[in-house]
Parts: sequence; C-alpha cells; structure tokens
Amino acid sequence: MSELTLDVQGLSTHFFTRAGVVKAVDGISFSVSRGRVLGLVGESGSGKSVTGFSLIGLVDAPGRITAGKILFQGRDLTKLDERALRDLRGNRIAMIFQDPMITLNPVLRIDTQMIETVQAHDNVSREEARTRSRDALGMVGIPSPDERLTSYPHQFSGGMRQRVAIAIALLHRPDLIIADEPTTALDVTIQAQILAEVQKLTREVGTALIWITHDLSVIAGLADDIAVMYAGRIVETGQVEEVLDRPLHPYTHGLIGSVPSRNARGTRLRQIPGMTPSLLNLGEGCAFRTRCARASAACERDPQDTHPMAGRTLRCFHPQLEVTT
Amino acid sequence: MSEAALPAAEQKAGPPKQETPFARFVSEYCESPVAVASFVVVVLIVSVALLAPWISPQNPYDLAQLDIMDGRQAPGTKSLEGITFWLGSDDQGRDMLSGIMYGLRISLAVGVGSAAIACVIGTALGLIAAFAGGKVDGGIMRLVDLQLSFPAILVALMILAFLGKGVMNVMLALVIVEWATFARTARSAALVEARREYMEAARCLALPKWRLVFRHMLPNCMPPIIVIGTIMVARAISLEATLSFLGLGVPITEPSLGLLIANGYQYMLSGKYWITFYPGIALLVTIMAINLVGDQMRDVLNPRLKR
Amino acid sequence: MTTWILRRLIQAVFVMLAMTVIVFIGVNVIGDPVEIMISPEADQAERARAMMALGLDKPLWEQYWRFLLGALQGDLGRSFVFNEPALKLIAQRMPATLELALTAVLMSVVIGIPLGLYAGLKPNSVAGRTIMGVSIMGFSLPSFWVGLMLIMLFAVQLGWLPSTGRGPTRELFGVQWSFLTWEGLRHMAMPAFNLALGNIALVLRLTRAGVRENLPMDYVKFARAKGISPNRVVFVHVLKNIMIPIVTVVGLEIGGLIAFAVVTESVFAWPGMGKLIIDSINVLDRPVIVAYLMMIVLLFIVINLIVDILYTVLDPRVRLESKE
Repeated sequence: MSELTLDVQGLSTHFFTRAGVVKAVDGISFSVSRGRVLGLVGESGSGKSVTGFSLIGLVDAPGRITAGKILFQGRDLTKLDERALRDLRGNRIAMIFQDPMITLNPVLRIDTQMIETVQAHDNVSREEARTRSRDALGMVGIPSPDERLTSYPHQFSGGMRQRVAIAIALLHRPDLIIADEPTTALDVTIQAQILAEVQKLTREVGTALIWITHDLSVIAGLADDIAVMYAGRIVETGQVEEVLDRPLHPYTHGLIGSVPSRNARGTRLRQIPGMTPSLLNLGEGCAFRTRCARASAACERDPQDTHPMAGRTLRCFHPQLEVTT
Repeated sequence: MSEAALPAAEQKAGPPKQETPFARFVSEYCESPVAVASFVVVVLIVSVALLAPWISPQNPYDLAQLDIMDGRQAPGTKSLEGITFWLGSDDQGRDMLSGIMYGLRISLAVGVGSAAIACVIGTALGLIAAFAGGKVDGGIMRLVDLQLSFPAILVALMILAFLGKGVMNVMLALVIVEWATFARTARSAALVEARREYMEAARCLALPKWRLVFRHMLPNCMPPIIVIGTIMVARAISLEATLSFLGLGVPITEPSLGLLIANGYQYMLSGKYWITFYPGIALLVTIMAINLVGDQMRDVLNPRLKR
Repeated sequence: MTTWILRRLIQAVFVMLAMTVIVFIGVNVIGDPVEIMISPEADQAERARAMMALGLDKPLWEQYWRFLLGALQGDLGRSFVFNEPALKLIAQRMPATLELALTAVLMSVVIGIPLGLYAGLKPNSVAGRTIMGVSIMGFSLPSFWVGLMLIMLFAVQLGWLPSTGRGPTRELFGVQWSFLTWEGLRHMAMPAFNLALGNIALVLRLTRAGVRENLPMDYVKFARAKGISPNRVVFVHVLKNIMIPIVTVVGLEIGGLIAFAVVTESVFAWPGMGKLIIDSINVLDRPVIVAYLMMIVLLFIVINLIVDILYTVLDPRVRLESKE
C-alpha cells in the first residue's frame, strides 16, 4: 500500500465577512497517495479552489482555517509557521492556477520568474538556475526554450503559458501538485495535450496530483480517484471508474446525468433543479436537500461520512444504490 | 477552534427599513467623526464670513476707526479705543480678527463663486458632450484635455498677465482653470447614466432632448459633481490665496486671506508673527475642512467601495 | 515607432504655433500694446517713433508674422527693466529653476515611494494611517503658506537653514549650478522641499493605491505559492507593476513643478524664472512675460514627449507591440 502523500481530515475554512460567516469549506476529508491523481470535482462556488489554497496556507483575510488537519507526509501543515510553509511551497508542494495570463507577472520576464523559484529553495548560481529552467521548459514541450526564456508572458499563447506554469511547478520535483482548473481557460485540443503531459510526468516522477475542476470528462480520462464537492462539503469519494459507473450520492448522479454526451439526441438536456445555495445561510442539515428528489425529514440533520463499500465514502441518508438511466 | 459568533446581520428577520438615499448618505457620511467635525467647521466658517459685518469687533476698512498708534500690537493687548486685539493688530492698526473675518468673506466669495460658475459651464458642456457624442464630444474633450494638461497656476498667470489684476479678472482666471474638471466629471457621469433603463424609458416617452438631459439625467449625475465641486472650491480658495500672495490677485482694498498673509510676511522675521500666522491658520483650516468633507463624500458615494 | 515619434513632433509644432497665436493675441489684441510695449514715460514724439519701430502701425497679421519670425530666431523683444534680450534673461535664470524642480522630483520619489509602500502594506497601522492623514495636508495646504512656516521654523526659530536666496554656484557643462556646493545645498533644501510637498503626497498616494490594488492580484498569490520571500514579492513583483504609472505621473508633473516654482521662488527669493515672471508681471515688462510663456510651453512639450517615450520603454507590453 503506497504511503499517503496527503491526508486531509475534517478541514474547515471559513470567511468572516461583514455580511456573515461564509463556510467555504466545511469539514472535508480526503487523501491522495504517491503517484495517484485525485480529481476534486464541483461546480463554481463549491469550495474547491479554497480547498486548494487552504492546503498551502494561502487563504487570505477575512478567511482562515478553522478546524481540521492537513497531514503532508505525516506533518500537520496547519501547525506550521509561515516560514516552514514557505519552504514547502513551490518546493515539495506546487500549485498551478487557472489563468496563466494573470498569474504570471506581466512585467517580468519568464526567466526571472523561473530563476527566482529555483533560487528560493536551492542555493545555486544564476547560471545553474537558468539551465534548470531551460530544461524544465523543454520537459513540458516548449520549443526553442533559450529564446523563450527571455520573453514576457504576453508573448506566449494560452496553452504555452500554461505549460510554463507547469514547468515552474515541476522545477523542484514536488511530491504534491495542486492544479486548480488549469485547462479551463484553454481550448479543447490544447487541453488534451496538457492533460497527456501532466499524466506522463506524474507517472514518471511519482508526484501526487490533485486536479480541481468542474469538468467531469477531464476527470474521467485523467484521475484515479474522485472526490465530489458540493457547497463546501465532500459528498462522495471513491475510485473514478466506480463512482462514475455507480454514483451513490444524488448530486453525483445528477452531475453525471447532466453531461450532454450522456443524453440522447433530440431530448431535453437534464439539469439538476434549483440553484446552488448561498454559502452564507446554509443552516443545518444536508446542503443538497433543497434540490434533491430523495430528500426527507431525516435530511434536516447533518449527514456524516459513511463507507457503504470498500474504498468509497458517502455523505448521504438516501444513497442511490440502484442505477438509473 | 470555535467559530466566531455570527454577527447580528445574520439573525435579522423581517423586511429592511425603508430609508431614502439621502438619509442613507447622511448616516454613512456620519460614520467618520473627522468628517462630521470638518462639516461643522465649514458651517462655522461660512457663518462667520456671512455675519462678519455684525460680529467683528471692528470694521478694518473704515479708516475712521483706525489709529496707526495701534499698529503691530501683540495678541491680547487692548487698542486705544478699548477693544481687545484678540489676535493682534497689523501695521495699520487693524484688528487681525476682524481682518480675518472680512478676508474670509472675500476668499470664500471668490472661491465659491468661481467654482459655481465653472460648475455650471463645465457641467453643461460635459453633458452636451456626452449626449451629443461624435464630433461635438471629440471637440469638447480635446479642449478639456488641452486645458487640463496645463498647470492651473500657469493658466491663471497668463490670464492675469494679459488682463491685469482685480477681483473680476481673478474670478475669470479661476473659472477658466476649473471648468474642465467639471466637464470631464459631468461627461463621465452622463455616459454612465445614459445607459440606464430610466433613460430608455424617458426616451420612449418621446420627451424633448433638453428635458431628458436636464430633468432626468442631470439629477442623477449630481453626486460626483457635488463631490468634485467641494474639492474645486477648496482648490479655488487655495489658488486665489496664492495669486493674491504673489500680488496678482485681489486688490488691497478688498484683501482676501492670501493678501493678508502677504502683507504680514515682512514682519515675520522681526518676530511679529501674528500678522501672517493667524490669517494663515484661517486659510489652512478652511481649505482642510472643505477637503475633508469632500473626501468623505467621495468615499461614501464611491460605488466601488461599497461593502 | 519612428512614425509615431514623427507624429508627436508635428503635434508639438502645432501646439507651439497655437501658443504663439494665443500669446500674440493676449499681448497685442487684449492688452493695449502701446501701453504695454512702450515705456510709460515716453512723450508723444517718442511714442510715435517707438510705434513705428515696433511695427505697431502695421496691420495685425503682419505684426504677428514679424513676431513669429523674430521668435524663430530667438528674438522675443527686449526687457524694459533690464534692457536685455528677454530670451537671454530667461535662459540665464533657467538653471536655478531647473535644479529646484529636479531636486523636488527626486525628493518626491525618494520620500514618497517608501512611505507609500509602508502605508499600502500596513494600511491599518498607526503609522500607516498617520502617513495618509499627513498626505492629505500635503496637497491641500497652500504651498506658499507652508513655505512661510518652514522659514519661520527652520530659519527664524531654529536657525538651521538660511531663510532666502540661492547659494554659491559652481560650473558644470558651462552652466552655473548651486547644488554642487555645500552652501548651495543648504539654501536649496527648504525651497526644494516646499516645492516637492504636493508631489510627495501625490506619489505617496499613488504608491499606496498601487500596492492595495496589486496585493490581491493573482500574480502575487502565484508568487507566494512558489515560495518566494515576501520581500521579493513586494519589492520586485509588485513594485515593478506600480512603477509604470508612478513614473508617468512624476514625469508629467515635472512641468507642473517648473510652473509652480513661481510661488516657491517668490517665497524664498530664489532667483529663477518664476521670480522673474512675477516681478515682470508686476511691472508690466511684457517682452519677458512673452519669453517666459514660450519657454515654458517648449519645456512642457519636450518633457511630455520624453515621458511618452519613457513609458514605451518601461512597459514591455507596449514596447513589444509597437515593435511588431
């Protein structure tokens, strides 16, 4: 059994705003093993990005982690000070953001932004840092890396920029990469290329990868495990083939059902009725109950994690054990 | 770790209280004690200026009341007639306090007057530019840009160099310096308002254009214009004081605070600081108070800072 | 790139021409040129002769033409007061004003940016709030009064600095500068600071606003996610982004400073162009006024052009687009 790179237990991140407390992440637990890919799936506002930032301690005021443990290779990240966290960031844990146009500094050259990452964690000369950066660019498939190093972000296309971001993430061969919707801003063909690159790299190096997205089809092709998030809570986890084949949570069910390719031509696209609730006024009970066809009085209480089968976690009182088309 | 207690906002039940936008503006404005204090100061200053002929101990421009033997008396001494020079007297024997009160009148009159005229002209042009669009808009804005690319003092200097000194010329110079800012603000506000639904509705009613602009659009453009207006009044007062100090402003018979300061300058080095110091304080307090009021109004009305 | 420069130059020429027209109208049409250009002590015969000599009996457009020709050759008339070519007078006084203005710019950057950075990074601290409060005073206080107060404090009460005048000068590139002597620096300290105050406040507020605007941006978060030290994040990543608008504003303000030196030079009796123009306006020495205005507009245009070019150099996005 491979060692757990990341083990999150009961993580909660709340934002204390003037309008009230926003429970962006409310008691979630999941884990990722060496060399495996976890897909964190959910719609906008489900708390997936905040989860990513919470892992590396980049949640800004008025938010903060209010409960839980984040065990990275056995160390609890919530207990570390800023200095220690900074040592890990970009080094043992790297993050890839959604839109590289706004995450790469537009007025600094690519080599500056890569060399500083190298020198932040390794005491090497500028030349060596530059060589490593160039090699990293080559690794992600960017042609003529020497020229590209002296360019500015806006001189790259969207797909290339994201490759640069991936290269930066790989500079120190991290043990864990958190990718927050990295291909959402790109077109489909580039997306496919990048997915293939990332997959290859993680298999080769053994990096654990958390891929945050709202796109189920990406997860289907890429991930080993899946965790479904809704309104700040994880409602279902398991291996990706099993969950997609036999979803247990009504939300997962609805999510899969609403993918256009699964619907027959000419019929109406299926939707989950209702809207995501505001995270300000969640109240007690299951967050999904207002939109769930199977909700009952029991759902007024907070469901807890259950394990209906091996390797599966579920938070629901009325799991959908039969398969419906 | 326990969560912070939920603020009362979360537990409020029932529909929100109805309050007019003005009432809300006032309550948000009053959130800053400095702003409230500044507003009070402004009201005080304006009152003093308006009531000066009645409340000042002496009319400093009535030569019959002056005695040169009273000149350059330190604050607190009594004049030969028995009134106290609370802030001292100047070289002609004029009571500083009275001089300041009358000086405030001139400073405020010129400052507010020029700002008001510039406001009317600038706003009108800005609205026309926004509404007419096309070449008219381009032409007016070109003029605005040209005007604003020159420093205010330079423009004022030029005008006064050509036309000579005097209150009317100073006001003219100030108006020419200030109109462009009003025009720009009015135009931006108008461009935003023109897209709003109520404008569409008014247009559908086939109202005549002037009515659309002046009865419907203008009232909604007022908030930023009022904010700019406040700040421009402060700027006008400051600029007039500067010009008067340089000897290019109001004539000696109707001295503004700037001229008072200039007159007292020469006595400063010999220790008779009050002749220049107190008018300076009066000017300072006036400008700062107006600026602070304008600042707070701007913060309150700024949609981007809405929580 | 070259077409753009060419276009700007042509624009500049147009503005200069427009200025000559405005100045000409101001002097010859609005004011009474006879009163203006001829010494008031002349009698009838002298007047008639002077009028002919100055060409005031010719039609207006011809007068303008003569004026323009003269201007292009550097002849803008002779000062009544000094009986020297007006342009020469202005040129003599220019170094004094320039060194004051440039020192003021230096001060505003050196003082304004660090204070603004601090206020932006720690907006709710006591120091941060105080800095912002004081900055409001910086541009709302009338500059001449602050100058007077400075003189009262540092010259009269404390006696640390000289109250008025320019210090001894030394030559550099054929021009006399006072910042090259220690006494010169002592004399320049207060006037330069007085002139700089408004600008310091401006740069300070711009820097703070830039910091507040940039800190929540994604590139900052990304830099932190890479493990970059907070110092580097602020001083390299954020600073480079806010420098561009600040440099632009500072550059454009240089012209304003040169114009506003008029006030500072009057307060501190600094022998620059500004003091000259005030004195000239008071005695109606019109040739000098004309020369000053033309000079100032020229300076403005040159400075604006340089700032524009500088902007394209600094911002890689603009620079590379115009190259392609």
